[in-house]
Amino acid sequence: MWIESTIALRFLREGRAQTTLILIGIAVGVSVIVFIVALIRGLQGNIVERTLGTQAHIKVEAPDEINRLAPLPAGTTRLVLETRRAQRLRSINNWQQVMAVLDGFPGVRAVSPVISGPAFARRGNAVESVALVGMDPIRYQRIIPLSEDIVAGQLKVGAGDAVIGRLLADDLGLKVGDKFRLAAGLGREAQLNIAGIFELGVRELDQRYVYLDLKQTQSLLDLPGGVTVIDITVEDIFTAQDAARRIAALTGLKAESWLDTNAQLVNALRSQSMSTAMISFFVAVSVAFGIASVLSISVVQRTREIGILRAMGTRQQQMLKVFLVQGAVLGLTGSAIGAFAGYGLVWVFNTFGPKLFYIPVAPTLVPLAMAIATLTGTVAAAVPARRAARLDPVVAIRHV
Amino acid sequence: MSDLAQLGSAEVLRLAGLRKSYNIGLPTELEVLHGLELTLARRDFASLVGPSGSGKSTLLNLLGLLDSPTAGDLYLLGQATRLLDDERRTALRAQAIGFVFQFHHLIPAFTALENVMMPMLVTHGRPSAETITRARGLLEEVGLAGFEGRKPQELSGGQQQRVAIARALITRPALLLADEPTGNLDTKTAAGVFELFRRFNREYGCAVLVVTHDPRLSAVCDRTITLVDGSIVSDELHSRT
Ligand SMILES: Nc1ncnc2c1ncn2[C@@H]1O[C@H](COP(=O)(O)OP(=O)(O)OP(=O)(O)O)[C@@H](O)[C@H]1O
Ligand SMILES: [Mg+2]
Repeated sequence: MWIESTIALRFLREGRAQTTLILIGIAVGVSVIVFIVALIRGLQGNIVERTLGTQAHIKVEAPDEINRLAPLPAGTTRLVLETRRAQRLRSINNWQQVMAVLDGFPGVRAVSPVISGPAFARRGNAVESVALVGMDPIRYQRIIPLSEDIVAGQLKVGAGDAVIGRLLADDLGLKVGDKFRLAAGLGREAQLNIAGIFELGVRELDQRYVYLDLKQTQSLLDLPGGVTVIDITVEDIFTAQDAARRIAALTGLKAESWLDTNAQLVNALRSQSMSTAMISFFVAVSVAFGIASVLSISVVQRTREIGILRAMGTRQQQMLKVFLVQGAVLGLTGSAIGAFAGYGLVWVFNTFGPKLFYIPVAPTLVPLAMAIATLTGTVAAAVPARRAARLDPVVAIRHV
Repeated sequence: MSDLAQLGSAEVLRLAGLRKSYNIGLPTELEVLHGLELTLARRDFASLVGPSGSGKSTLLNLLGLLDSPTAGDLYLLGQATRLLDDERRTALRAQAIGFVFQFHHLIPAFTALENVMMPMLVTHGRPSAETITRARGLLEEVGLAGFEGRKPQELSGGQQQRVAIARALITRPALLLADEPTGNLDTKTAAGVFELFRRFNREYGCAVLVVTHDPRLSAVCDRTITLVDGSIVSDELHSRT
């Protein structure tokens, strides 16, 4: 293998102009791939992070109530007019035990019981419809780091304290320390003190969420001791769907992952990944054709040298390797330069770009791109290499 | 001494009814060599002469296992070559034959010394100290001591041809084939090249078959084989000088 590599490298070095041009071609292709893959991954990571910043990975709820029909005695028919049941606010049965099970569930990072339901917030004559969220701040924070989003006051619930969104506070003209009333129907009312104001950056939440502690929410919603939802975060967000399915099977409850509730987003991300993959693929294909054509020209240019080498005892296999090595070296060198340039582009984007988000470069991306480029180069060299190996020495030597 | 004499008369090459046709199966099919019989011994220093188009290059390519005959047998070092596959033919070629072509044909990307070693490199890989010494010795013998590091394009035509001769001898081949090695050299340089062939033929006991158009050069050889229209019309020994 030593002499094959030596000849290959000498050939590349001797054909300096050609080698340089194709290296630039490969480098441009690889840098585009590295940059676009990093960009799209960064963008997607950012979107997912923002999406999951305000919601749990999995929500576990009580199953829907359905009508149950008594089994039919044999030989009878029955005509049924079914009115579907309205889904009233219900607690998850035995939620403490369910929580204990989920706490030890493999892949689950945090579990938080929540009770939520509708209510009206009132101050003077202004009324807003709100969503009450009763939670345990310590557990809830592990799902959604709410304290990072507090813009005034502090995250403090219980003992008549509430935390509300900034838009709601604006609508009702409230500031930290002010009081307002909550009405959840059937005369269940409470007066609350505003301990903090949050801003999650999601309009719907900033306008409607009112955080209380579990106990007060339970009494307002008339579900003493109950919770309506168990929020879960998992280690690997893309296994959430699978985990949700297993949790549902295990507990008999309804478990929905963020992948289900954000189906459109997930779909968009998938399409984006696919188009990135396609761009990368076609750039790689054109790089491969570039390498193949340069080496094909090189085989023609070096026909006589190939003939001499064959006359001096070079075997066909060796001649094949000389050109395969050239393909591999072009792929490796070009992609090393390209990966470096791609890194540069990412750096420029991060430093001078719109700064909407930061693009991290996965440490595996560069070696992976280089490995693929080297392989591509070798494969692309196959056709010219076979041609070189099969040259008839007599014809080759006479070639001018 | 009797050993050397025996070695000298040993057969290097034998042809039996060797034929070669081009464009087989086409309307332009043409038999270029018509059943040649020939034997070369180790001590032979022979020239191959004949008019243009008589088939000299065709014959040399067959002898060098670069091409295959259409019919007949070719024995190289006693070994029948008809049924060898490309791999074995290449190996036998590398071991037994040295080539010198009309246009020196060095590899431009390598230095003079590397070009001389090339037949060893492609068969044995990294050069041993002995190979390097031998290559330097050969360059010195062809009068190119001190030119080891030069690239072919930095050498004159005659110098390049001398490098090519050194290269043909690095494997100590049993048979040296040269196709118009002096075709593009001036008379004086050409005579020098033939001097070298003569010396290697004597010193290394390497059979030499050289194609030439120059009667003065062919007269330097011990034996002259004349090819006309694909047949050997004469095969004469001269008195040794
Ligand atoms: N590849 C080929 N295809 C068809 N015919 C060929 C081929 N090579 C040589 N010939 C023919 O074979 C004959 C012998 O050619 P060859 O090259 O052996 O002659 P030569 O004796 O070496 O001539 P010269 O002294 O001009 O070099 C010529 O008639 C030539 O046209
Ligand atoms: Mg000829």
